[in-house]
Amino acid sequence: MTATRGRAFVFGDDVDTDALAPGAWIKFGVEEIARHCLEALDPSFAARVRPGDVVVAGRNFGAGSSREQAAAALRHLGVAAVVARSFAGIFHRNAINLGLPVLECERADAVRAGDALAVDIAGACVELPERGLVLACTPVPDHLKAILDAGGLLPWLERRIAAQRNPNPP
Amino acid sequence: MIVPTPHPDRTVSPASPQTLAQKLVARAAGRGRVTPGEIVTCRVDLAMMHDSGGPRRVGPMLERLGAKPWDPSRVVVVTDHYVPVHDEESRRIVAVARDFAAQHSVRALHDGIGICHVVLPEQGHLRPGMFVVGGDSHSPTGGAFGCYAFGVGATEMLGVLVTGEIWLKVPHTVRIRWDGRFGPGVSAKDAMLRLCGALGMDGGGYHAVEYCGEAVEALSMRERMTMANMTAELGGQAGLFAPDATTRAWLGEAGVHEVDVETWRSDPSAAVLAEHRFDASSLAPQVAAPHSPANAAPVDVHAGTPLTAAYLGACTGAKLDDLRMAASILRGRRCAEGLRLMVAPASRRDETIAREEGTLGALLEAGAELLPTACGACAGYGAHRFGDDDVVIASTARNFRGRMGAPGSRVYLASPYTVAASAVAGTIADPREFL
Repeated sequence: MTATRGRAFVFGDDVDTDALAPGAWIKFGVEEIARHCLEALDPSFAARVRPGDVVVAGRNFGAGSSREQAAAALRHLGVAAVVARSFAGIFHRNAINLGLPVLECERADAVRAGDALAVDIAGACVELPERGLVLACTPVPDHLKAILDAGGLLPWLERRIAAQRNPNPP
Repeated sequence: MIVPTPHPDRTVSPASPQTLAQKLVARAAGRGRVTPGEIVTCRVDLAMMHDSGGPRRVGPMLERLGAKPWDPSRVVVVTDHYVPVHDEESRRIVAVARDFAAQHSVRALHDGIGICHVVLPEQGHLRPGMFVVGGDSHSPTGGAFGCYAFGVGATEMLGVLVTGEIWLKVPHTVRIRWDGRFGPGVSAKDAMLRLCGALGMDGGGYHAVEYCGEAVEALSMRERMTMANMTAELGGQAGLFAPDATTRAWLGEAGVHEVDVETWRSDPSAAVLAEHRFDASSLAPQVAAPHSPANAAPVDVHAGTPLTAAYLGACTGAKLDDLRMAASILRGRRCAEGLRLMVAPASRRDETIAREEGTLGALLEAGAELLPTACGACAGYGAHRFGDDDVVIASTARNFRGRMGAPGSRVYLASPYTVAASAVAGTIADPREFL
């Protein structure tokens, strides 16, 4: 994974899946859900976030439901990564499976809204160039990096199946 | 399936004791033993999907891969989130679930007969020792039966369907011991809200949470299901109970025989990450204020809060035992003027038994409105959403802002006893004054 650069959107602890993907919209596709992503916490989030921006949060990000639209909505909006002090287990797996980089960073609370930041998944760190800070993150295990590198579990499976069907490509 | 890295060296001696979680995961991984923290690949005994997160999302991805479920006899499809259908989208979503089951020869389609986590054991799909993956966060409910059961998202479920396998970081165990016995008017829901308040919504750390102690052993299977279910609110991956004679008797009634209740328990000296001890006999009824289950406090902190509605529903709060608890308060009483009491039984089977024995009658005579057996307002996916001015007490699992209705709606979580007592009082009330 290469580094990504963007602006920080900062949230607190226990950001839940109903905030990320509100239930009333779950019957629709991700385009509709994404329009309401995080609106309970920041009504203008979906309108203001730009491709490459980064969501930064406190503990237990993605608590609650297994609905992977929570991660899909962020990815649809172009969010390049989520950096949080910790993640809820199911959300963390979902994010990786959808190719959305997630980094656990104990010092995520040092990031302020609007900070420019560079997220380096391979190097497991977040750099705040305008503030001269580099925050260390928990390294992403190799088997999850492999899924992220493929772009998510679906393309990962696609490659695996192709390799099985054609074990000796020319 | 997705573990290219080799297993790390294991230095444990062959005789080292194992937790229940380790034993369950080791079996699924085809290993003699496993060590917390290592990454293993597990074979899945059962994969459960519901109408919302299942076929409509997994089906198109399966088609893109040109793949089929690895073993249709190990797949269960339940419609519960969008039943009964109430608009064009819900009609389509439920139709997709039915078509998926037919297309892929999935014989276990349980269509509109209850909430998936209750339907699974009722229909005899669970037995101790199984490794179960569910497309819903409350899938830990199966841990009440000594299964390693946990929730995943749709793409993860795709991986399971294609390969029959899933990777797992072998969990540590957080043990919760409830000493003594719960007092009158106090239930498993109160115990779980107390735990959420004490440990927080990430207190489970995505580990296995194991429940034990005198009070836990005395619980009925449906009460154990309530505890295992709300392991999700504690942030645990799985919520485990060692199966016993109570498990065997309940499963026997569900048609599951030859239940092994000897193997599936932690060795006495197995190492756990933490053990938390609580005294059941001194536990007061708990109420979790908006908008988090972790905002739990003894009922007297919130007593007197005016309410517009009371809701008995969900896999965690409207099983037969829950309906009986509510009836024990509501029998011979009436709901407060102007308060709407709603009951959405967790399964058809529980609803039928409740009707035949008079439990449901007691609720209806008290003024309760009977809603369809489904996830209903708890999921907040469609019908029965609360309004901005509603203040609700509910026996459900989650009270996140806007989950059950408008962003302004306020939901307090409590046991069926407390929901029923509060419905009578019109304000949050201590059920022990109504017993």
